[in-house]
Parts: sequence; C-alpha cells; structure tokens
Amino acid sequence: MIREDKPTFDEREVENMPPVIEASNLTKRFGTLVAVDHVSFSVDEGEIFGFLGPNGAGKTTTINMLTTLMNPSEGSAKVGGFDVKKQDDKVREIVGLVPQDLTVDEDLTGIENMMLQAKLYHVPTKVAEERIGEVLSLVRLDDAAANRKVETYSGGMRKLLELAEGLIHYPKILFLDEPTLGLDVQTRVVIWDYIKKLRDERGITMFLTTHYMEEADILCDRIAIIDHGKIVALDTPQNLKDSLGGDIIELEFDRSPDDNTKALSSLSRVKDVKKIGDVYRVKVSKGEEALPEIMENVLKMNLRISKVSLVKPTLDQVYLEYTGRSLRETQGETAEIWRRKRTLRGMRA
Amino acid sequence: MIEETIALTKREVKKWIENPFLLFMMVIQPVIWLGLFGKALNLTGLISVPPDLLNQLPQQFRDQVPVLLNQMISETFGGTTDYFTYMAAGMLSVIVLFTAMFSGMSVVWDRRFGFLDKLLVAPIPRGSIVLAKVSSSVIRGMLQVLLIFGIAFAFGLQIGDAFGILDFLGMLAALFLLSLGLSSLFLAITMRIKSHETVIAVANLLNLPLMFASNALFPIKQMPEWLQTIAKFNPISYAADAVRAFILHSNAGFDAAKVALDFQFLIGFALIFSLAGILIARTGLRKG
Repeated sequence: MIREDKPTFDEREVENMPPVIEASNLTKRFGTLVAVDHVSFSVDEGEIFGFLGPNGAGKTTTINMLTTLMNPSEGSAKVGGFDVKKQDDKVREIVGLVPQDLTVDEDLTGIENMMLQAKLYHVPTKVAEERIGEVLSLVRLDDAAANRKVETYSGGMRKLLELAEGLIHYPKILFLDEPTLGLDVQTRVVIWDYIKKLRDERGITMFLTTHYMEEADILCDRIAIIDHGKIVALDTPQNLKDSLGGDIIELEFDRSPDDNTKALSSLSRVKDVKKIGDVYRVKVSKGEEALPEIMENVLKMNLRISKVSLVKPTLDQVYLEYTGRSLRETQGETAEIWRRKRTLRGMRA
Repeated sequence: MIEETIALTKREVKKWIENPFLLFMMVIQPVIWLGLFGKALNLTGLISVPPDLLNQLPQQFRDQVPVLLNQMISETFGGTTDYFTYMAAGMLSVIVLFTAMFSGMSVVWDRRFGFLDKLLVAPIPRGSIVLAKVSSSVIRGMLQVLLIFGIAFAFGLQIGDAFGILDFLGMLAALFLLSLGLSSLFLAITMRIKSHETVIAVANLLNLPLMFASNALFPIKQMPEWLQTIAKFNPISYAADAVRAFILHSNAGFDAAKVALDFQFLIGFALIFSLAGILIARTGLRKG
C-alpha cells in the first residue's frame, strides 16, 4: 500500500501547487461570542499544519467549518479546491475527520464500526475488508480486540479505532481534532508515529489541532498559534522559536513593588523586557554571556534578586510571547474555559 | 442512498435487537395493556339488562332484548360485541404510536456522542440518515404489531369468520403506513432538540391526545362534537378503523369503500411526513 512513486514532502516543490486548504477571513459567531475571528491561512499539499491554542480558542470551530459541519458566519474557505459552503458534498468526499470526542459506536464491535464507516464512504465491501485489516494493524489494534464490542475498549483503544476509521476511504485531507487528548504517553507516541507515517508514505495533508506544545513541535511543518479566535502567529516551529530573537532571562525580585521594566530596559545588551505577573522576561542575545553582566547591573540598582533563570527558546516561550500567557497558566483558568466550552457546545449541538 | 440507508438501519436495529432487556419490555408492555385495559374495562359488558329485570318482561320481549342490545353494541363498536376485540384492534395502532414517539430519541444520543457529526461529515445524502432512523422505528413497530396480534389471539381475539391472509396483510399495510408517517413526524419534531428529557416531554404531551382523540380505544360516536372533529384528523383513527375492518371481516360483509378511504388518508399522511422529514434533515441535522 506504500506508494513508492510519491515523493516525500521535503522533496517536493510546494510553491508550484495550489494550496489544499485556503481560508480567508473565516469567522464564526455564536450570538455575541466570536469563536473564530477573521482567520486566514493556507495549507499546502502533504503538509502537517497545526492549530495550537488553549481550550476554547476556536480550534474545533475552525475544523467544523472546514469539514462542512458548520456554516461560516463570514468569510470563506476552500478545501481541495471546493468551497465549503457551496460545494459541501464535494468537500465531504475528500476529507476525513477524527473528532475530539470519541464517536465510535459503543454497541458495535470494532470491525462493525469500520464496516459502517466504509459503507458511508462508498468503499466496496471486498476492498473494505482488506483495508480494515491493513488500517487496524497500522494503529496496532489486534483481531481479538477488533471483534469485541467497543464498550469494552479503553479510551486509548477507542481513539486508535477512531483514527483507523478516518482512513478507511483514503482521504486526501485528514482533520485531526486534538488527536492525543487525554491519552497516556505510549499511545501518544504510537499516534505521532502513525501521523508522520501517513504523511510520508501517502502524502496525506493533515490539519491538526492541539494544546500540547510538544505535539505541535514534533509533528507540524507549520503552526498557527490561535488565541481568542484569532491567529496571532504563523510559521514553522523553528522560525517561531527564532523569532523570539534570542534567549530570555527570567528575573524575580524580592520585596520590590515598583515596576522595574523601564530600569531593566535601559541596561546594555537588553533587547526587550516584558513583565508577566511578578516575573520579568528580559530578552537578550547570547544569554550565557549576558546573564552575569545583567546581574551585576541589577545589583547596582539596589534590587534583590530572588529567582533567576536562563530560558532557551522553546515553543512554550513562543506561545507566551504571542499570547502573554503560558499554556500552563491557561489551564489554570479551567473553570472559565469549561464555562466557555459549555456555552459553545450548547449552541453548537 | 439505498446502500447507506441499509447500513445505517442495520446499526439502529442492532442497538435494540441485541438488548435482551428491551426485547423483554417489548413483550411485557402489550401483555399489560391488553390484559389490564382490554380485560378489566369490559365496556360492552356494561351494557346488559339484569336477569330479574329481564324476567319481569313479557315472553316475546324477553328474547328480543338481548338481540336488540347486541345490535346496538355492534353498531357502536364497529361490528363486534366483544370490547376486548374492539380494543385489541385499536391497540395495534396505539403500539405503533408508542414506538414511533421515540424515533427521534436516537438522534439526540447521536448528537450528544458526536456520532451525528461523523454521519454529517460523510459524503452521504442527509435524507439517508433520517430514513434509517425511520426504518428502524418502523421495523420495531411492526415487530410489536406481530407480537400483539399473537398475544391478543391467545387472549381470545374474536376474528371475523372470513378473515384470511389478505386481511392480515391489509392490516399490516395500514399499520405500516401509520408507523412510517408517525415515525417521520416525531423525528421531524425532535430533530433539533438537544436533550432527551425534552423528547420525552414532547412524546408525553402528544401521546395521550393522539391515543384518546381517536377511535382506537373508544368509539368516536360517544365523544363530544369537538373531540369527534379532532379524531377525524387523527391518523390513528384511520389505521384503527381499517385494522378493525380487516380483523372483523365476516361473510356478512366488508365495507371496502370505507377501508379504501382509510388507505387514501394513510397513504397521504405517510407520504407527506416522510418526505417532509427528509427535506427537514438537510438543514435540521446540521450544527449551528
């Protein structure tokens, strides 16, 4: 089933091909809440494109619009060259969706679920039987499990079955909504391998959403950071990290109620200072050399340093830079996020 | 369209046919209804003359009275003097209503669990999703019909002396049309409802009026005028009427013209609502 003739993503001349997904000013409103706010981007063929953002940022809503589950309130999108609003039937033929919720039918066995999916995508029974075996072995679900009812499956197994279902019709574009949400480390690695393999061997274009930094960093060719329905940054993981323009020195002071941002900015070698909570994030180049010098100068300012650390650029830092919050912080706002999510769900359903 | 509908119907049917508890309930429910309602409420038995009263009458009247009474009862109860038979025939239509009421329930569950999204993102006509739900409901309804007919027979259903296989098939056809129409109707009403509590509330609200404002359990003639008017638009009346005519088919006669009228109404009802259901599905199933 491996297409030998198909070049891998890196070898291909992406510039010459029209984008597979093209969104321009895509917007979705639920009453007064703007879930997705004039979002524009394009995804090339064979690319793994990631939407990174906290819960409730508008990731799932974007997927819903691109897979024709929802009509955009404003703007437009083309998937595989077809308009999601006017040619929704055509779009549905070429996309596969692995939704965030586990939607496999509990009352059916794994095989029965797969067979139903095959029927829905007009895969002939004979072909479907072959493919089911192939796809299930890809996600490492064995025969015994496949013949059991899904209600006996663990969360990880359900997700794997879900992934397998998304592939039964060999979609050109696969949408993965939080593919590893709530899974253990081993299953997560299996899924990552699998996603990469699909792209490398079959050239399937992938659009995935995640709120795991690591996942975005490992998997995606390009990442869009989305926050409050808007894209705040879009580039390759490496470029995003480089865009931070150097290393960050994080400083915390003892008993210093004043805002020291200005004082810190005036020091030599300092490019930029941001205060987030009690922490000052000082941007410098060549952090190892800059750190002693800055500490010396800070001590001269009669400030007592309580904590200091040198941070090399990671995607986490990028996220913090563009949204002003760390993902960990946003997870702290759980109550608010769930409230928002519930509102969305209520309106959506 | 057909292939997807069959695949989806299979899924729906599997959900209840492999559930022993549900199957058990499907058997018990009609037994309770037929046993309690049909046997305890012996309406035709109420209309009788006590023996000592009868004995006071002159001899020539004494023989006439029961004949006259039976004629009255038979007239009121559409050709039978046995209330159980009258009621059991109507019960067949009522059980179809009971099953059809919850045709929309699985849409609510599918929406909740996200399975509906999976169907909506698949390249299938949306109508096939609705058709599959309706088919499952109809299959279930018809199974219950066969079950009730068997149970009623065991309980002493008095079929007409000319009742044959054609009457049996005719009876099933009428109930099929009723089931198709009602299932589509309830599905259309509940298609955009998001909670199963609401579906139950809607079902309960419509259940009693539909059941009692019909000739399924009581003769229309005994009802006040306004209720009669409602009953005349109630598809259950037409199905019950046709079913009763088939069951009571006797050598004495069969009102073919009236049954033809019943079928006209039922065919129209089934056609309009099943098409409406498919049309509504295009927008109704979609998310916001």
